Amino acid sequence: MASDLILFYAFGAIAVVATLLVIAQSNPIYSVLLLIASFMALAGLYVLLDAPFVAVTQIIVYAGAIMVLFLFVVMLLNAPREDALEASGSTEESTGARALGLVLAMAMAIELVWALNRTRILGFAFPEGRGGTSWSVAELGRILFGNYAFAFEATSILILIAMVGAITLAGRHLTEKRIPNPEPRITSPEPLIPSPESRIPSRSPWQA
Amino acid sequence: MAGLIHYLVLSGVLFAIGMMGVFLRRNVITMLLSIEVMLNAVNLTFIAFGRFLGSPDGQIIVFFVITVAAAEAAVGLAIVIALFRHTESLNPDAFRELKG
Repeated sequence: MASDLILFYAFGAIAVVATLLVIAQSNPIYSVLLLIASFMALAGLYVLLDAPFVAVTQIIVYAGAIMVLFLFVVMLLNAPREDALEASGSTEESTGARALGLVLAMAMAIELVWALNRTRILGFAFPEGRGGTSWSVAELGRILFGNYAFAFEATSILILIAMVGAITLAGRHLTEKRIPNPEPRITSPEPLIPSPESRIPSRSPWQA
Repeated sequence: MAGLIHYLVLSGVLFAIGMMGVFLRRNVITMLLSIEVMLNAVNLTFIAFGRFLGSPDGQIIVFFVITVAAAEAAVGLAIVIALFRHTESLNPDAFRELKG
């Protein structure tokens, strides 16, 4: 099974390099596209782990839907022009916090690798469970709607709340309050083209 | 053959990279992307342990994590849009109106 190891290192290298570039990019559009590449590599790792349905879900939902949402927002906000402001707007306290954060993240990476190296009792090889066959979609669905039915229904409520929250937060009514509107809002339904008698002002010059 | 330890180390490295992104970047969208990276690192751990234990629960939990990630992305990006409308900036240092 040497090809397995080669594929693992290939996908893992793609994932790590793409994710590092996500962090290093200054243009958010490139970050999003590189993160899609990283998710594709992770999907390949899921296939290696006998989870093909999760791999397909990863590509469709993550790379397909969530990342498109990110791309949509990046392009909506015209974010790349914010880079100059980002570079110049960092203060000293922010720089110190960033240095501390970098040290903390490095310490956590080193600590994780060190701790995992100490726990070699977990073994290297995966067991040949289920005779080398992966869980089918039918079996997963039966478990999802059986043992995990409550969690599944709770998830639907979560999605509903997220939808309501997103509409409430990003809705138009937030901006309408900020922009002062000198003209009163038209509340009654009126025709777009006003009738001739309504267009004549009440105090017209020739009436005086 | 790649074993459990390989996947766990890879997952830890990916999680640390995501954490680094949250700490280092001063762009709200990139910080949200880093959170997605961290969620994916955890997903990899779940799948690897599910394979190791011969249990489908790891894959089931990954579906829930993906759902939560979708909800988080929707709400987070809505907050980003609202903040951008308010301050015309994506730099979290600009969001200091609550600071005394």
